Amino acid sequence: MIVAKQKTIQELIEMVQPFQKVLVAGCKGCVTVCNVGGAKEVAILASALRIAAKREGRELMVGEHTLERQCDPEYVAELEGFVDDYEAVISIACGVGPQFISEQYPSIRVFPGVNTQFMGGAEAHGVWSERCAGCGTCVVHYFGGLCPIARCSKSLLNGPCGGSDSGKCEISKEVDCIWDIIVRRMMDQNRLSELIEFKPPKSWTTARDGGPRKMIREELVE
Amino acid sequence: MSKFTPRIIAFYCSNCASSAATVSEGMKKALPDNVKMVHVPCSGRVEILHLLKPFEEGADGVYVAGCQTDSCQYVSGISKATRRVAHVKGMLEAMGIEPERIEVFNLGAGKGGAFVDIALEMTEKLRALGPVMPA
Amino acid sequence: MSEYKSGSNLEKVLRSGHFAFTGECGPPQGANVEHLREKARHLKGCVDAVNVTDNQTAVVRMSSWAASLILMEEGLEPNFQMVCRDRNRLAIQSDIIGAYSLGIRNMLCLSGDHQSFGNHPDAKNVFDIDSMQLIHTVRKMRDEGKFLNDQDMDVPPRMFVGAASNPFAEPFDFRVYRLAKKIEAGADFIQTQCIYNMDRFREFMKRAVDMGLHEKAYILAGVTPMKSVGMALYMAKQVPGMDVPDSLIKRLRGAGKGKVAEEGIKFSLEQIEAFMEMEGVAGVHYMAIEWEHKVPEIAERAGVLPRPTV
Repeated sequence: MIVAKQKTIQELIEMVQPFQKVLVAGCKGCVTVCNVGGAKEVAILASALRIAAKREGRELMVGEHTLERQCDPEYVAELEGFVDDYEAVISIACGVGPQFISEQYPSIRVFPGVNTQFMGGAEAHGVWSERCAGCGTCVVHYFGGLCPIARCSKSLLNGPCGGSDSGKCEISKEVDCIWDIIVRRMMDQNRLSELIEFKPPKSWTTARDGGPRKMIREELVE
Repeated sequence: MSKFTPRIIAFYCSNCASSAATVSEGMKKALPDNVKMVHVPCSGRVEILHLLKPFEEGADGVYVAGCQTDSCQYVSGISKATRRVAHVKGMLEAMGIEPERIEVFNLGAGKGGAFVDIALEMTEKLRALGPVMPA
Repeated sequence: MSEYKSGSNLEKVLRSGHFAFTGECGPPQGANVEHLREKARHLKGCVDAVNVTDNQTAVVRMSSWAASLILMEEGLEPNFQMVCRDRNRLAIQSDIIGAYSLGIRNMLCLSGDHQSFGNHPDAKNVFDIDSMQLIHTVRKMRDEGKFLNDQDMDVPPRMFVGAASNPFAEPFDFRVYRLAKKIEAGADFIQTQCIYNMDRFREFMKRAVDMGLHEKAYILAGVTPMKSVGMALYMAKQVPGMDVPDSLIKRLRGAGKGKVAEEGIKFSLEQIEAFMEMEGVAGVHYMAIEWEHKVPEIAERAGVLPRPTV
């Protein structure tokens, strides 16, 4: 899933300070799963904005709506008809959400309510970590099913570097050295010889380095 | 300031705090009128939104009264409540509201006195802080 | 003897079978050319080549190729260090050509410390290619006369290609294979991380020799003298992939007030002596960090002077 983190309440309060009518728009996709942008969080943020406004003696009407998904125009269309009642929308979907809303409703001011972090998963309840860098050419099968591009701090394809310490990355004791895990796994799988093979420089054309990406699947285009 | 009576919402766990309430009745001690008690099956059921809503609706303070950490009927209910209260404290602070306006208390089933004492303690503290919202 | 790969002094010294002795010099955090020249002068005549670090520990300094040129003006041979953190493959290749064109003949290929360690932690890193691929790139340019995209170049840069090896980082069992991989990718010489745990290094070298790696590349053992107990503790606890045995810390502590630095130097001299005898070790890379003025005395006491002229 796409994992996001809420912006601070102060930041959000300041963002919508000039407005009297604000809609908090959630998304039932990834951000609901990672407990940051679903209906529950919409209600909490809306309540917090109301309390803060009241405390400051400010008039503020806060609407709440959680879309099926914010990354599909047909669901963004759910806002049709009532979005015009608001001066601003805080989207608490991933970075895709505010943009889809902006594109569909160009006259409304849209604010991001979360900071999109990474593509990853839940290690435990309340703990998420990155797994994929979206490089466009998946190679995890060469590395014991693990991705050094997303998970090595230096994206080394021929790791590990000299900073690997007790299974942890040199940048932080909180970060696993993925190369430590890759090496151990490949050795366990009797695949040391594959690991010793030189991995040539990667083509980043399919990654973000190749420019903004677009995908067209002819068989699906109507 | 002394005229001000804070409005308080108190979430009481049905397992321990409510028994304490019964004990307190026996002791002829009662909650003050400014404290509105909400029974919950477990303090772990109290969500962040439940803790915020009272403030939105005009309460001056909120507290959760649950079990001792080692005697929660549902094992981790009270620790969940404790973490959520801590989270809401942070949110209140961010909104410029005193974090002491929300607390969590650990009660035991037999502690009828404490049941009322915390209500009085919160009332006094909030009386000193004054109303949360401007007049 | 066949033709040299680069014709650098370091290559000639190693090829002729001399026990090499290299030094290190960090460029200034600014344009203090005079200070750099002064540090360099201490090393003159004491070492076969001087490593010039490239924004080491991710702290911005005078560029390593520019500092290398200044060292050349002082009559020293630089070992130009390059990290993959700050350059993509375009900048890497053009800098290699540029450095060679200005007379630089040795180059050490490194991944580079993560920028979060340094003084610009907000920076975006590059890591377009890794150190292994950098080694491969320099060799490809030299031996095939081609860029990474396989396009021919007019005059190829002829560098003596170095790589680093950390025998102490984990996973330990893989380290010697990683060394083999670097040599396979094109490393002509290896400079190791500073060694303090001699037993563990001996074990590492035994494995390297068993694999015949010492016959494919020159392995220089890394030595950094301990200046103080504080430094030893810092190295032991704070520097990832560093193995400082308790016995050494104890020994330094036991040296007594004012004598710790001398004890550190003594230990390093004993190490050099051991490396001279150790199978597969072709030289020592002596990293006297901000202690360049001590190097002449240390080299003298180590018995590595005068340096050979080949």
